[in-house]
This record gives sequence, C-alpha cells and structure tokens, in this order.
Amino acid sequence: MSSHHESILREPLITGENITYTKITNDILVPVENKANKAWWIGFTISALGALLWVVAVGYTFWTGIGAWGLNKTVGWAWDITGFVWWVGIGHAGTLISAILLLFRQNWRNSINRSAEAMTIFAVICAATYVVSHMGRPWLAYWPLPLPNQFGSLWVNFNSPLVWDVFAISTYFSVSLVFWYTGLLPDIATVRDRATGLRRRIYSIMSFGWNGSVKTWQRFEAVSLILAGVSTPLVLSVHTIVSMDFATSLVPGWHTTIFPPYFVAGAIFSGFAMVQTLLLVTRKVMNFENYITMFHIESMNKIIILTGSIVGVAYLTELFIAWYSGVEYEQYAFLNRVSGPYWWAYWSMMTCNVISPQLFWLKKVRTSIAASWILSIVVNIGMWFERFVIIVTSLHRDYLPSSWVMFYPSIIDVCVFIGSIGLFFTMFLLFLRVLPAIAMAEVKLLLKSSSDQSKQKLIRDKKVDPEQAEAYLQSLEKYDSVIPKPEYAKI
Amino acid sequence: MGTHDNHTHNFTQEFEFTGKAKTWSLIAIVVGVLAIAFGLYTNAERTFANLLLMSYYFTCVCAAGLFFICLQYVAQAGWSAGLLRIPEAFAKVLPIASVILIIVAASGLLTHNLYHHWHQEGITEVGNPNYDPIIAGKASYLNMPFFLTRMVLLLGIYSIFARVITKFSNNEDLEGGLSSYKKNFKFAIIFLIIFGFTTPLWAFDTIMSLEAHWFSTMFGWYNFAAMWVSGLCTITLTVILLKKSGYMTWINENHLHDLGKFIFAFSIFWTYVWFSQFLLIYYANIPEETVYFYKRWEPAYKPWFWVNIVINFLAPILILMTRDSKRQMNTLMFVCIMLLCGHWLDYYMMIMPGTVAEHRGFGIIEIGTALGFAGLFTFLMLTQLSKKSLVSSNHPFLQESLHHHI
Repeated sequence: MSSHHESILREPLITGENITYTKITNDILVPVENKANKAWWIGFTISALGALLWVVAVGYTFWTGIGAWGLNKTVGWAWDITGFVWWVGIGHAGTLISAILLLFRQNWRNSINRSAEAMTIFAVICAATYVVSHMGRPWLAYWPLPLPNQFGSLWVNFNSPLVWDVFAISTYFSVSLVFWYTGLLPDIATVRDRATGLRRRIYSIMSFGWNGSVKTWQRFEAVSLILAGVSTPLVLSVHTIVSMDFATSLVPGWHTTIFPPYFVAGAIFSGFAMVQTLLLVTRKVMNFENYITMFHIESMNKIIILTGSIVGVAYLTELFIAWYSGVEYEQYAFLNRVSGPYWWAYWSMMTCNVISPQLFWLKKVRTSIAASWILSIVVNIGMWFERFVIIVTSLHRDYLPSSWVMFYPSIIDVCVFIGSIGLFFTMFLLFLRVLPAIAMAEVKLLLKSSSDQSKQKLIRDKKVDPEQAEAYLQSLEKYDSVIPKPEYAKI
Repeated sequence: MGTHDNHTHNFTQEFEFTGKAKTWSLIAIVVGVLAIAFGLYTNAERTFANLLLMSYYFTCVCAAGLFFICLQYVAQAGWSAGLLRIPEAFAKVLPIASVILIIVAASGLLTHNLYHHWHQEGITEVGNPNYDPIIAGKASYLNMPFFLTRMVLLLGIYSIFARVITKFSNNEDLEGGLSSYKKNFKFAIIFLIIFGFTTPLWAFDTIMSLEAHWFSTMFGWYNFAAMWVSGLCTITLTVILLKKSGYMTWINENHLHDLGKFIFAFSIFWTYVWFSQFLLIYYANIPEETVYFYKRWEPAYKPWFWVNIVINFLAPILILMTRDSKRQMNTLMFVCIMLLCGHWLDYYMMIMPGTVAEHRGFGIIEIGTALGFAGLFTFLMLTQLSKKSLVSSNHPFLQESLHHHI
C-alpha cells in the first residue's frame, strides 16, 4: 500500500512534471482514442501477415495430417511441444505480476500489469493452438475432457499428466481472463465516459455498468485480492504440471525430481523477458516513458537475473546428479546433450539463459534500454532452446540404438512457429488500440506518494534527510524520462 | 497511526539476558550434555544420528537468519527494518554452529558412526568384500578429505558473510548515514548468489549422502525449504517472546502478520517440493529411486511419514489461513512451536531411515539432544542479542517499518 511514510530512497514510479489525474488519463488513452500512427500500422501489417502464415500452415497440417511435420518414429514429440511449452511459459509473467506482486504489495506492478496480463492471455491462446493442431483432428478436441459419451467405456486417463494439463491450463486461462477483465472495468468505464456514439455504447456494455461509487471500488479491491490468492497457486501449478508431462516418464533427462520448480522458474524467466520485449517498444511508440520508468525496466531485469540464476542452479544440479547417480542411461543422456549431435542447441541454451543474463549484474547494462531489449530477446531464444534440448535430445537416442535418429523440422513446422508469433503480435497490437495498455486507475493511486514530483516537493520542503535526498537524486540519473539536471541544481 | 507513536518507543533499549531465560537455557544445555554422554555410552550410532540432526538443524536456523537479512536488503524491504536485529543475532551464532556441525560430521566419519555407507575400508577396491561399484563411481566426490574440505569451505564462507554483514549493521548504529546500508546491500547480493548456488551441495553432502546410492535433484531445494520455514518460525517465535517480555514495542500485529504470511507461504512451498519429489518418484517407480520411500514406508516410519505432512502442511495452512490468526500472537506462537517440532520430525525422517533404520527410537537421546541444542541456540543467540540495541535506529527504512500497516 502506498504510505505517507514511503522512504525517499524509493525510486519514482511516475516521472514527469505537472502530472495530474487528468493528464494520466489523457496520456494513456492516446492510442485508444486516436487514429493509429504509422509505426502501429507497419507492425500490424507484418504481424497480420505472420498470422496469415499460421492459418495456411495449420490449415495445411489439418488437410494432410501430422505427417506434414518433421516428426518420425523415434522423435514423436518435438517442434510442436517445444512451441507449446515455450508459449505457456511466456504466459506466466502476467499472472505473476498481477497476483504475486500484488500479494507482496509491489506497487511497481501497477504500470505493467495490464499489458502483461493481456500478453499472458494471448500467449496461452498460442499454446492452446499447438495442442489442438497436434491433435490432427481438431473437431475431436473435446476428447480430453471427461464428458459422458456414447463410445462404450471410453474415458479419459486420469492418471495421465496430459489430462492434468488440460485442466490446469484451461483453469489458468479462465482465471487469468477474469482477473484481467476485472482489472479493466474501471478503465473501460473511463473510456466510456469520454466516448460518444457507437463507441460509447460498446464500451458501456463492456464496462458492466461500473459507476465508480465507493461500494464498487470496495468490491473491486476485495475481488482483486481474492483472485490474487486464487491465481498464485494456479500460476505455479500450470508449469508444474507441464513439467510433469515429462518428469513422470521413464525417459532419462526427463525424469528428474527438480523439474516442477525449475520449470516454474524458467517460465517466469521467459515471461518477464517477453514483457520486457513488448513494453520497451510500447513505451517508446506510445510515449509511456513517464509511467513505465527506468525503475520498472530495472526491476524486471533483476527478476530476469534472479530467475535465470535459479534456472542455472537447476541445470547444474541436473548435470551433477546425472553423474552422481551412477546410472549409465542418465549419464549418457546428459553427455549426449552437452557433446552429442545437438551440442549447439545445448550450448545456445546455456549461453542465452544462464551466461548472458549475468550481464544484468552491471548497472550500465540493466539500465540501458537497448541492452535490455536485446537481452530479453536472447532470453526468449534461450528458453526456446531449453525446451528443444529437453525434448529432442532425450528422445532422439532412446534405449534402442538401432532406432537412433535425428529430428529435422519440416517447412510446415517452421511456418507454424513463425505464424504463431505473428498471431501473438496481431492480438497484442489490437489490444493496444482498443483497451488502455496501462491500468490508469491503479497508476493514479501512486501519484501522491510515489511520483517524482511528490518526492521533489518533499525535498524542496526539506522534509527528508539530505543524504537520502541526495541518493534519491543520484538514482534519477539513469532515467530517460526525467527533467534535465539543471532543474535539480536549485535544491 | 500518528507520528507521536515514535516518542513512546525506546530505541536504545537493550535486551538484558538474565533470569528465567538464562537459567532454563543453561539447564537445557546440561540436560543435553548428559543425554549425549549417556547416548554415546549406550548407543553411539543413534546418538551420532541425533547429533547430526540437531547440529544441522541448528546451523540451518542460523544460516536462515543470515539469508533473511540479505533478502530484506536485496528486496529493499521496508516493513522488516524494525526487527532485523533478531536474525542478526542468529547470523552471529552461525560460526559456532558451523564449527559444531563440522566436528559432528568429522568425528562421525572417523568413528564410522555416520556416512559409513560410502566411507568404509575397501569400498572402492575391486575384489574387496566391501566393494560397491556404485560408491566407487562417485568416490571422486564422496571421499573424506574432499567432503570435509567442502563442508569447511561452504560453512566458512557463510560465516564470514555473517560476520561482515552484522559488522556493517553495527557501524550503521555508530556512524549513521547511508554508507553501511549501501555496503551491506552489496554484500547481501554476493552472499545470496553464493548461498543460492551452494546450498544444494550442502544438503547433498550432509544429508543425502547418508544414503549414498540414492539421488534426487530436488533434495537441495527441499532442504532449503525446510531451512527457510524453520528459520522464519524461529525468528517469529523470538520476536513474540521478546514482545511478551515487554521489549520491541514498535513491532505490532502488522509485522507479525507479514511474518505469518511468510510462514504460511513457505510451508506451502515446502509441501510443494516435498510432494513433487515424492510424486515423481512414486509415479515413475524406478527401484533406484523408490528405495528411499520404501524405507520410509516400513512399519517403523510409515505413521510418522504421514504425520510429517499433517504437521508441516495441513496444520499451518488451516490455522494460518485467516487474517486474524496471523495477527494474534498466541496463535502464531503456537504455529511456530508446532512447525519447529514438525521440521525436527522432517529432519528425523530424512536422517534416521538411512542411519539407524529399524532401530530408530524416541527417548532420552532424542529429547535430550534436541533440548541441549535448543538451549545452546537460545543461550548463544540471546547473548549476542543483548550486546546491541534491539533496533538499528539508523536504518534508512526504519520509518517505513514503524508505520507499516496492512
């Protein structure tokens, strides 16, 4: 909770001069209330072409069957599941930011939760498309559900983690959607109040009659906290169960007990990287620099080093225990990963996930927008390789050396993947145009306590310790969005 | 809350270590020494298992104190600034705890009362009746000199950080300003990296190698979870007992609420790692791995196997679910004591099946050793606590902590 006793050492969550509640609304609604600019149209055209590629590639898969992919007898699960896990992982940051950071009372979440949650929903949709397209017969997609049926004693296998996955992900998707939409209500109402004509009618229906009374706000706060409590175990359960798709098996390299928390950490890692990738561009193109500040960027980078290092501990533990176990198959699985025909995939994973994020220990790198953006993409590449390494290197050399093969993706595999990225960006860009990308109501809560202007006022009024004030002013040097230095010289 | 609250607190107040606390902790130490002496005379192996359990538990709680401090620095937490002196006292005891753990492990090894699964005459020699090919395969890691070197090195590094970080916190009292805070921030980061990367090894060595054939990648994080929950409970319990004796008036139900939330959350985290380890081994049903749980499902242990889950998961989750229970001192105190007993049982379930197996017991040796170490911890920790004021009054986030309200 924002407090009147917030230490001056805390960096500002809102920068800029003469920020008022109205100005926040005006700034954030610019993309929603005006015609799109050129940058948006360029981005949208490219993404929509990508989405079209996805439609063609998946359509082709449905028409010809799964044989269109590069799978073979030994490697029956490769590119598709890699893409699925990659997207589900990315879909973790939104709920983490909205739920766990809310429970921890981390106010900096207020500026980034909205777009992170939207991103989560789109990422989970992309993941779901992989599941459906791998079914080959999407009209039978209801089969994993335990529905009463006329097929005799046919029933889902409740012992299978794949069925757990169906429940975990669909529940996660539903709750994330509810959480996101609940948070949107006051902001949609704001858009409604400023709109006219048909737009007003549409936003009016979408706002569920939000009237901004004290009672609605009270209910809003209560429901947010309850949903945060519900989503926290949920978000952790999703990747836990995804990891069990592998870890419950007997396949060396898949069956290891550290998988659940290690997958969760990896998911948060990739999710934050994707949030970083999207927001660094969004804040620039949409002029949100005052609301998504250097503090937000740096904090996300810190979470990226933390989770990257947790993943690093897990990699090393796996390697060490594979040797320590004395089990020949386990030892070979890891030797094959490190030095087998897929060594380049393993070392790409290690470099992108564990080694390069360590650059964020340097404050210069952590607070450089270009470096943050590049590293966030490097992490996304690394996390894709992680899933590829786990899945393909463990399968392609199984217990029977006569069936050892390599996996090569077909052109369709590659098109489905590129297409899914297009689909994701199409949805995200549409979101930016129709809904406020920053939770206006929640950012406004911080204006009085955590904005640069309120802190500057405290310093001017000499209400804070001068040494701490000095430290605060120093911390502003890295900001790209604060007023130039001479202004401070007056203090 | 108004600012006038500040005037009613006495920030220079120091804890006086006298009276009942001192007498009882000394009595507990004496009881412990007698019980250990009795145990060594009657059943040395069982006594060593208990000594390992308690010295590991003792070291873990002290290390958790240091981890708590570092976490608060790195996360720039404000709420906890008023209670940091308690984990600091834990951290100051860490060097002594480490020495005791090293002595127990080394003498256990030398007398073949501990770790004899991998430390035996001829175990790595082909042709020797004791030869064990699996142990021979890992002998380059599991051998006495390297084992002890690792232990000394890891605990030594942790202890040095404990010394440095508490020293700068002391300097902050004397000099004021931000320089000590900034230094500790840096040391805290370095410690957390080292600790994060090495605790799994510490757990693999000290506990997992008792059953040297068995392996589980989760074991390190499982031990970390147990350490963290028991550390949080000990911190909370100390705060509550000090408050009950009239100290630390600036700590109120809001701080207890946060500590309670931590205990609640990390009890669930402990269960999460415990259950993940169990489920995956149970499900895959590979003999090399299931042997661990097979031993724990023998009649001597099976009831306790389930009690472990009830006491460390079901009880805290049900009791601490509501907001009020976390804000009531007595409820929280009950949960802390229960969880400290619960994690003793957790360590018992980790250690005993691999050492004394079906000859396990619960009697003078167990109770006496536990009491002795509890007394030793209390005595050493309170002695350290009494050396400084109970709050670091120059901590930059102290005002946030004093006005913490949730």
